Amino acid sequence: MSTWEFFAGHRGEILEATGVHLFLVFVAMAIAILIGVPLGMLMVKRRVLRSGALGVASVLQTIPSLALFGFLIPLPFLGGIGTRTAVIALVLYALLPILRNTVVGMTNLDPAVLEAAEAMGMTESQILWNVRLPLGLSVILAGIRTATVITIGVATIAAAIGAGGLGTFIFRGVAMVSDAVILAGAIPAALLALAADAMLGWIERKLRVV
Amino acid sequence: MVFPLPVGCSFCKKDASKNKRQEAKLRYDGHSRASELSIEMNAKPASQDEVTIEFQDVEYHVRSSGRDAILSQIKLKILRGETLVLLGRSGSGKTTLLKLINRLLLATSGNVYVNGRSVAESDPIQLRRGIGYVIQDGGLFPHYSVTENVALVPRLESWEESRVSQRVEEMMRLVGLAPNEFSKRKPHELSGGQRQRVGVARALAADPPILLMDEPFGALDPVTRAELQREFADLSRRLGKTIVFVTHDLREALRLGTRIVLLCKGHIVADAKAEEFLRVEHPEVKAFAASFGVATEASA
Repeated sequence: MSTWEFFAGHRGEILEATGVHLFLVFVAMAIAILIGVPLGMLMVKRRVLRSGALGVASVLQTIPSLALFGFLIPLPFLGGIGTRTAVIALVLYALLPILRNTVVGMTNLDPAVLEAAEAMGMTESQILWNVRLPLGLSVILAGIRTATVITIGVATIAAAIGAGGLGTFIFRGVAMVSDAVILAGAIPAALLALAADAMLGWIERKLRVV
Repeated sequence: MVFPLPVGCSFCKKDASKNKRQEAKLRYDGHSRASELSIEMNAKPASQDEVTIEFQDVEYHVRSSGRDAILSQIKLKILRGETLVLLGRSGSGKTTLLKLINRLLLATSGNVYVNGRSVAESDPIQLRRGIGYVIQDGGLFPHYSVTENVALVPRLESWEESRVSQRVEEMMRLVGLAPNEFSKRKPHELSGGQRQRVGVARALAADPPILLMDEPFGALDPVTRAELQREFADLSRRLGKTIVFVTHDLREALRLGTRIVLLCKGHIVADAKAEEFLRVEHPEVKAFAASFGVATEASA
């Protein structure tokens, strides 16, 4: 059976799996952004919190993804089989790039601009919201973009804990020793990642302040 | 810039200037169309003995380093309406001295007073809103248009929008930028000289009585630099603000200052009226004069 025949024959199934995949990525990214960006903003002026949170996020990033899914299953409330566990694992992975880029984007600014802001009599929070955030936005978005691409890839593994998505085909294909079935999951996942990368890259360029 | 006034007269002069200031404020509120004039009205005649900024035995060290103090034994009184130039080599402590005035830095010991109030005990936000600040790289907000940059402090002070836009236009004319041509541009669409003009306009926008300038023309090409110096010399005379100007350029100091204070390794080594500065007997003064070839020029 050729890859093309498999695609043609399972169009509906592939489309549905893509939908589930996108849903997992979308929910995980939304949560990761809602946690990562505000936490990053809090860390701009707090050295201890910064090194602590970035440390924890870095450690999480080094855990192999399959192992992380495995670790989460036995946990009460968070764990179990299915979508919730998958989303939690994806959030943990997406957190580091978002957190790091938020902090870097908002601290690595022209010192003359920050000095002027302070000297004009802006308060800490005015500087944070009116200077650091808008000037760091394109770097923050670059972090969100990296996180999205990672999440689309890692989400294929969510199938291993029963959350569905494009990984379903990949695991099935590995079991059946069928390239066609593996590709039915891998190709759409790769296309999703490319599309997300291009789209977010475009927004990022729009937001960049020269 | 120092107008010798008979002592008995200085009080009535002061009162007169207060009235003028109030008049000027009314004009900004839109009660009069003569906004061009209001800048002139705001000029206060300098009374000789009114101290605006005072340093009392100020020391400043960086805590961690075991090196020498960056500033020590600083005693300095800056009078209202003066344009005081802080001259010195790089590392002489002149920028540090400047930053002690608007509390970007706090003195390790001793006191700095602005308008009779100790800086350490003032609210830094309120203090800074009354002190204009211009730096070498401009420090303009790259994400703000020229208008938004100039409007920054008035908006922080929650002025009414109509008053803000009127003031912005006025300030842009004051620094020689046509509002309809430049107001919508972003800083990266300006030349270095234009950026510094915007920097000056921003610093003056909320009409602070004190203006601090840290090598504002340092990064400009010589022609633009001379142009801005000339205009600024003229402007500072008209505005009657107390100006503290940091530079390492003796020519600039002589061109702009009414008084020059020379710093060397964190100490004040010379303090003289601009026209008498070159006659001060100190090796550092001689070194400055020699390096810029001004000694010959002055004696010619």
